[in-house]
Amino acid sequence: MGQQVLNGIFLGSIYALFAVGYTLVFGVLDILNLAHQAVFMLAAFIALALVADAHLSLWVALPAAVLAGGAIGIVLERVAFRPLRGRADSNISGLISSLAMATVFEAIALQIFGPDISRFPPGTFPDRVVRIGAATASLLQLCIVGISVVLMAVLTLLLARSRLGRQIRAVAESPRAARILGIDVDRAIAMAFFLSSALGGAAGVLFGLAFNSISPDVGRGVELKGLAVIILGGMGSVPGAVIAGFALGLIEVFTVAHLGSSFRDAVSFAVLFFVLIARPRGLFGRAAAREA
Amino acid sequence: MSLARRWSFSLLLLLAAACKDQGSEAPASGGGATIGAALSLTGAAASYGALQRAGIQAGVEQVTGGGGPKLNVLIEDDASTKEQGITVFQKFINRDRVSAILGPTLSNTASAADPLAQQAKVPVLAISNTAPTGITDIGNYIWRDSLTEAQVIPGAFKKAQEKLKFKTAGVLYGNDDVFTKAGYDVMQKALADLAIKVLGTQTFAKPDRDYNAQLTALIGLKPDVLVVSALADNASSIVAQARQRGWTGPILGGNGFNSPAFIKNAGAAAEGVMVGTSWNSLSQDPANQKFLEAMKKGGVNPDQFSAQAYTGVIILAEAIKQAEGKTGREDIVAGLAKVKDLDTPLGKFSFTPGRDAQHEPSVQQVKDGKFQIVQ
Repeated sequence: MGQQVLNGIFLGSIYALFAVGYTLVFGVLDILNLAHQAVFMLAAFIALALVADAHLSLWVALPAAVLAGGAIGIVLERVAFRPLRGRADSNISGLISSLAMATVFEAIALQIFGPDISRFPPGTFPDRVVRIGAATASLLQLCIVGISVVLMAVLTLLLARSRLGRQIRAVAESPRAARILGIDVDRAIAMAFFLSSALGGAAGVLFGLAFNSISPDVGRGVELKGLAVIILGGMGSVPGAVIAGFALGLIEVFTVAHLGSSFRDAVSFAVLFFVLIARPRGLFGRAAAREA
Repeated sequence: MSLARRWSFSLLLLLAAACKDQGSEAPASGGGATIGAALSLTGAAASYGALQRAGIQAGVEQVTGGGGPKLNVLIEDDASTKEQGITVFQKFINRDRVSAILGPTLSNTASAADPLAQQAKVPVLAISNTAPTGITDIGNYIWRDSLTEAQVIPGAFKKAQEKLKFKTAGVLYGNDDVFTKAGYDVMQKALADLAIKVLGTQTFAKPDRDYNAQLTALIGLKPDVLVVSALADNASSIVAQARQRGWTGPILGGNGFNSPAFIKNAGAAAEGVMVGTSWNSLSQDPANQKFLEAMKKGGVNPDQFSAQAYTGVIILAEAIKQAEGKTGREDIVAGLAKVKDLDTPLGKFSFTPGRDAQHEPSVQQVKDGKFQIVQ
């Protein structure tokens, strides 16, 4: 029981970290960035290349891959979203162009890294097991949970306290009003993409380390979970995504252990369905947004 | 119909006609027998496909070098999927007009693609399909040189039980794949026959990466052994995660574990894993020594899959020899029926009346990062 809770928290921390970035972009732009999973995958591969081919320490490769993820996010915003902004149907066309970018990113990864499952070389992370009561966790798992929680806390603080955070929140509220107040809206949006993709990238590296198998399609399964998490948490709500991420991780682990792996997604989405019936805006969704 | 549409339609017709022409010319250009090989060079089973390709190439060199019939082997990627497997089979049957087909790599793919060959009366020699049912029983044109899980696992488990004296087991298997599911069915029966108590059974799906929930549940029951039916990619992750969860006991695997890729990816976690195998790498038979030499020359680390692929080519050459050099599809089927006690790297090889393989299986265990035959 205790072990399964630990497994759930561990899985949930990665889901939460992935979903936090996902929901941030949605909160600012009202657009689902379907290329988020591709950034997740690319960052994992970048970290792998830095560790396996450039023989860097993981503690150098991890931040480097996270920054690279953020940079990919800025490119993504420039190529897939900015040219479409201001058009009447930019929500749908943005969705489609992000899907196209996801395909492009996957094709690039396929070309460079091949279709097979790639793995971190043995000994990338010390193989140590830690006892917590009757349960055991590897040092890696504890670090993953720790890193996720720290990154999510940093994001929350950044949004609440910093100048950049205020700007991003102002743009989320109303881009037009923000512009009138002298905020560089394009820059704020680009920064939101940077933060979102850096967190997505961090989730990718941690996922790759945790399960030690990375392939160009590794992000697809997580994307669907991430979507469930941000809907469950209330679209655009960062604390909602964190809580829903952990909840989904726990639900999944207990479903697999007690009902069988075939029900892994069925139960997660059934929970989503019933939550939406009870609370159509998700657990932490704001009241209906004002439409200007 | 608009003008553009009419144009594209006639273009399509032209294209179709061009393709057809090419198809009927292909066999004339080859001479000897044209053989199609559908192998999983990408996708979940890619680690087997690469070695199968090496085995086939070594086999062709062996046959032609030894004065056997000329074999022109076309290798295509079935991408480890049913859909691509069907596309490749259609190409082999209709365009390349092959005399026989080797493969496809996975039982899952074979269950979908083989019926096409049966219908077109093209002989198929499976070189790695191990699902006990649903392969050769498709019809009289489907043969195989790979022992089924049902032939290998009972013997392997019996031998493992004699050595390890276990009484209880926890079972984990992939329930979305014909091969891993079939392997599970055989394991379950083998465990029951040995009077081993199964304390718990868990499942996973091919795309899964996280097996912690299943492994925690199984290890919590404190079985004497873990029994796992999985393909190599999943298998290495499962074994690694089981060791991380603190499992130090023995692990018995199915045929999917039989790949150097499994050991490479699982690393130290693979130590002690036991698997039944249809190829004894230590066999001193001249046929096996010749095979090892050929693989060494190609710089490839041989495994069961390359041995079976190599044997597939040797068997087809023997079938053509039995058919007095004729390479028609019916001639090869008649020739295959006459293959008996053929010397191969797998041992003395014959077909059962049901067109399945018949030879002695062995058991191997991972020691010092290598599969070693358990005597």
